[in-house]
Amino acid sequence: MYDKKFIEKLTAKLSEWDKVAAHSRQKKSRPRFFTVSSVDIDELYTPDKVTGGDNGDYYFANLGLPGEYPYTRGVHHTMYRTRLWTMRQFAGMGTPQQTNQRFKYILASGGTGLSTAFDLPTLMGYDSDHVRSLGEVGKCGVAVDSLADMEILFDGIDLGKVSTSMTINSPASIALAFYLCVAEKQGVPFDKVRGTLQNDILKEYIAQKEFIYPPRPSIRLITDMMEYCTRNVPQWNTISISGYHIREAGATAVQELAFTLADGFQYVESAIEAGQNVDEFAPRLSYFFNAHSDFFEEIAKYRAARRIVAKRMKNKYGAKDPRSWLCRFHTQTAGCSLTAQQPENNIIRVALQALSGVLGGTQSLHTNSMDETLALPSEKAVKIALRTQQIIAHESGVPNTIDPLGGSWFVEALTDKMEAEAEAYFEEIERRGGVLACVEEGFFQREIARSAYRFQMEIEERERTIVGVNDYVEEDEKIDIPVLRIDPQVEKDQSAFVKKVRAERDPEAVKAALAKLRAVAAGKGNTFEAILDCARVYGTLGEMCDVLREEWGEYVEPPSAMVAS
Amino acid sequence: MSEKIRVLLAKPGLDGHDRGIKVIAAAFRDAGMEVIYTGLRQTPPMIVEAAIQEDVDAIGVSILSGAHMTLFPAILDEMKARGADDILLFGGGIIPDDDKEELEKMGVAKVFTPGATTEDSIRFLREAVTARKTRSD
Repeated sequence: MYDKKFIEKLTAKLSEWDKVAAHSRQKKSRPRFFTVSSVDIDELYTPDKVTGGDNGDYYFANLGLPGEYPYTRGVHHTMYRTRLWTMRQFAGMGTPQQTNQRFKYILASGGTGLSTAFDLPTLMGYDSDHVRSLGEVGKCGVAVDSLADMEILFDGIDLGKVSTSMTINSPASIALAFYLCVAEKQGVPFDKVRGTLQNDILKEYIAQKEFIYPPRPSIRLITDMMEYCTRNVPQWNTISISGYHIREAGATAVQELAFTLADGFQYVESAIEAGQNVDEFAPRLSYFFNAHSDFFEEIAKYRAARRIVAKRMKNKYGAKDPRSWLCRFHTQTAGCSLTAQQPENNIIRVALQALSGVLGGTQSLHTNSMDETLALPSEKAVKIALRTQQIIAHESGVPNTIDPLGGSWFVEALTDKMEAEAEAYFEEIERRGGVLACVEEGFFQREIARSAYRFQMEIEERERTIVGVNDYVEEDEKIDIPVLRIDPQVEKDQSAFVKKVRAERDPEAVKAALAKLRAVAAGKGNTFEAILDCARVYGTLGEMCDVLREEWGEYVEPPSAMVAS
Repeated sequence: MSEKIRVLLAKPGLDGHDRGIKVIAAAFRDAGMEVIYTGLRQTPPMIVEAAIQEDVDAIGVSILSGAHMTLFPAILDEMKARGADDILLFGGGIIPDDDKEELEKMGVAKVFTPGATTEDSIRFLREAVTARKTRSD
């Protein structure tokens, strides 16, 4: 970026400076200066540290202007000056009635999008009255067994006005089918329905582990749904390619970046293989990243993600529509960084993490509640989390200018390093036979487990300080946070309700729709259309998943995925 | 102690959060224990059966889904039914203090919550297994 003479002068100055600094350097305030991902950070970043050095083309090739290729500085021309990020708080617990109340509370408090958490039985494809659902109904999210539950969940909420995100993966098609049926009943045309489905099965095998079927038929479910939405639900974001859970499972920032983008490129390749045109589906792909505690490392990660996606989509996959080049993303602050000790400190952690997401140019943001390591978030904690975003948006001044840290030698150097390290992972994944082979062989899982173990050991050996956990500890601390509990009655009510739904529907219509789904799953045709037909006649989620389980089998993790490498 | 401690680690229920249990497995191995990790989605009968087959000193389970008040008692019941209640049952996860107390009263030897170190659990397991062995000798 700079001319030769300047770099020569800088090098000379630096060597003088280095001699003087050497004296102070003998004393260190801590043994290592490193990131949350255990990456060592230099003492000082200067212009010569930025890749390209005095190459004048560097700026346009690697940074450019916001809203323009390669989008390092942001996906929109004017960013938050035109529209703030969407403040999207994830919610869901108990019965659909209870979550419906929470949704209305969020909208009334100024939230601008909804985000649905489902309970584990729903995510694993079991109805609430299944034996494997025992003790889990309504715990980690809301229970949704059939269209009847989705009708209650969005009662009084206009699906033509709100944008809804649904965090569900293996049964994602079924959840979307229920949602579209509610829109149909409200008289909202499908092309007005807006939202996002997580629908990222690859990261389930890698990190979150809520998988049902083996990888290959699971990918078919996704490409079928993408194909349907391209034709009928054009405003729906079909997959939210998620690094969040990969990071929560213990990955470093680079692992999160590389594994997530590798997953994204796998979906692109699968859809192209299925005969779809990249520019028809790629504009609806979006990403979901974690905001962990290392401020600059996170900002560099988001900037690198935009640049990598733009370059690959354009150069490798031949996308011509600029919208296909965009890495639009949602961010959530890191649940795994929160501590059960002195939980109020989590408010500060969340604020810093959220700020990194905003400085990194996120399109939407969820801020975690301070009490999450203790139990499900209480209403008060949820409100503070939302207020944190509002303070960043309206008081900090951060949204006034685009990419305020662009041009920081440190941030640019870190962005370049992230990109290079992610590229090295892409090469290794390729060498190992691609993403599916790496999943089946446990490569990602072992890499993540190794990072998680190293992080824990750094804490235990006090190489890394976590306030309130291994330093600044308060003995005999009394935790004064109200804990939200799910009434065991929820499970009973929900089980009774799904039985009632089954008893009251048209049995012949359900039988025929499920038989059709089985035939499509075993042969050819679009699985999403068959699922939509089952949903309309009140076929349950468990029934549909059972059909697919019988046709495709259930996935079991290989032992090679269960150890640290 | 001359004999190596044998411990079965398991994830019951539908919960897929396995970061913690894999860290524990690696730490126990590094501490010289024999570790058998069952993997995800084990039912109480599967866990107790594996513990008997593997002739372990202890069973450690990790639950982060909130289903602990259902799953721990189910494992304890199964252990009793199979005559395996000489095996030590301990666990960890996101478990509120009140529940932790109740579980420990019920017969779960120890419940670890966020912030506990691997060292804490290694120390606990060594002491508890030694105490049990001395008692039964």
